[in-house]
Amino acid sequence: MKTEKDKNNSRREFLIASTAITGGIVLSTFLNPFKSIAEAKSADSTKDTIKLNDKNVSLAKDAEKWWGFGFDIEKCIGCGTCAKACKEENNVPKEPFFFRTWIEQYTEKNDGTLKVQSPNGGIDGQTQAVPSEDIFKSYFVPKTCNHCSKSPCVQVCPVGATFVSPDGVVLVDEKYCIGCGYCVQACPYGCRYIHPEKEIADKCTLCYHRINKGLQPTCVEVCPTGARTHGNLRDKKSDLVKFLKEHNCHVLKPHLNTGSKLFYNGLSEEVR
Amino acid sequence: MPKQLTRLIIVFLIFISLFLVVRHFLVPESFYKFGHYRADALKDNEDHQVKYIDAAMCSACHTDIDSLKVSGPHKNINCQTCHGPGYLHVEDPSKNVLIKPTERAFCGKCHSLNAARACNIIKQQDIAQHNIDNKCVECHNPHQPQP
Ligand code: HEC
Ligand code: HEC
Ligand code: HEC
Ligand code: HEC
Repeated sequence: MKTEKDKNNSRREFLIASTAITGGIVLSTFLNPFKSIAEAKSADSTKDTIKLNDKNVSLAKDAEKWWGFGFDIEKCIGCGTCAKACKEENNVPKEPFFFRTWIEQYTEKNDGTLKVQSPNGGIDGQTQAVPSEDIFKSYFVPKTCNHCSKSPCVQVCPVGATFVSPDGVVLVDEKYCIGCGYCVQACPYGCRYIHPEKEIADKCTLCYHRINKGLQPTCVEVCPTGARTHGNLRDKKSDLVKFLKEHNCHVLKPHLNTGSKLFYNGLSEEVR
Repeated sequence: MPKQLTRLIIVFLIFISLFLVVRHFLVPESFYKFGHYRADALKDNEDHQVKYIDAAMCSACHTDIDSLKVSGPHKNINCQTCHGPGYLHVEDPSKNVLIKPTERAFCGKCHSLNAARACNIIKQQDIAQHNIDNKCVECHNPHQPQP
């Protein structure tokens, strides 16, 4: 009697359990929209830092590549080939004021004043505007996106259309950008612009389409004096790590703590 | 629990579910894969056309110019620095002819006198005075410019 009831019970239990499981599986397929609750996770938990030349460089913990730039101000001759080639490679509008990379000439005069010039971004070459006898010091500063690891431009994007890629390149999602221009305002280095035809934010991609095919970024490729270096900060043997070891490098506006990965050799205090 | 509260909770739950369902269809597939962005955008950025090709390809056909260039001071300069992007030229050299910049201003972009140019990096000439009657390339072969 008892055993029979137990048997009945166990059959009932089995049926209930199996319907519950199949029902649960069927139901859970409808739960897909709700998975975002479970997946919500805190950002920026994967950052790590290494010391290079007494400076902290932040690295993504699990990335095997972490790209950066190194520019040598002592070697730059201001020919503007990089800026011109960049426009051709990346379909940047030819008319003035739209640049992914450009050259500025800084001239410190004997009377203590500073003159900064960049006619058409330096694409047509630079001409010395101050007579030689008035010059205390003059140099070219090539500029481009700093590929910050704690980038202000990424933080302000309202739709998640700009981001730091897993290998440390700040990119724009062309299909998702709404062209609001917040990031253009937020960039402390003035490295972004609104593309006049596409009406989206545009910027240096560190030639993402080239570096992933084993080529150098266009500006590095065409530089006649080797003033530009790029490389993987994670690879101890890369050109960039070598450049950082051999020179005493600085980043622009370090007080903003943007985690810039564009390192300059020979950077004067006057450069902003 | 008061009846009103139960109703309110039910209404809220329906609201939240509705929001999540709508959100599910609005957020793209690869969003949040690596972070707060579309992971497919990485692929989009990677797919752009490479226009400045590997300079070794130029040397494969123009062996004479290449061997001339490596012996001169322009040895470290990429062919495309002067001739422009070569991706179309290598596919069909006769149809897509590259530019040959022979005007004096072109050499002047690198070689004109400027206080910001270090003399040990680049030799400079006053373009307004150095042999003004001729083009630079008449005396200096651009691929082996040593006079
Ligand atoms: C497939 C072989 C090939 C490759 C690779 C190649 N070229 Fe050429 N190139 C030619 C041929 C053939 C001509 C002659 C075309 C003509 O005059 O009709 C030529 C002509 C030229 C000319 C002269 C055009 C003129 O007006 O006389 C230049 C400059 C040039 N090539 C540069 C380059 C550069 C720079 C590269 C590398 C990006 C390159 N070539 C790669 C085959 C090649
Ligand atoms: C410093 C700039 C510069 C560089 C670098 C350079 N060229 Fe030239 N090249 C010129 C100029 C300028 C001319 C035009 C010469 C003329 O018309 O007399 C020219 C002409 C040519 C021609 C036409 C044939 C000739 O001899 O006039 C070919 C082909 C050519 N270049 C190929 C190359 C290749 C291949 C490379 C890379 C190995 C290269 N060039 C690198 C500036 C350059
Ligand atoms: C993209 C920049 C660039 C362009 C354009 C360029 N050069 Fe040069 N040139 C250089 C560099 C870099 C050197 C190597 C400097 C050195 O070692 O002194 C050099 C070296 C030279 C030298 C040798 C100087 C020496 O005595 O050591 C001559 C001559 C010269 N170039 C002439 C020309 C002429 C002529 C043209 C125009 C066809 C030209 N260059 C275009 C960058 C350029
Ligand atoms: C009439 C022929 C002629 C023309 C045209 C000419 N040069 Fe020269 N260039 C020379 C000779 C000869 C020398 C070597 C003697 C000297 O240093 O003046 C020379 C030297 C140079 C040097 C090396 C200077 C050094 O300190 O070693 C450079 C750089 C140079 N020229 C660039 C140019 C450029 C750029 C142009 C065009 C704007 C040009 N040349 C036009 C004949 C010419």
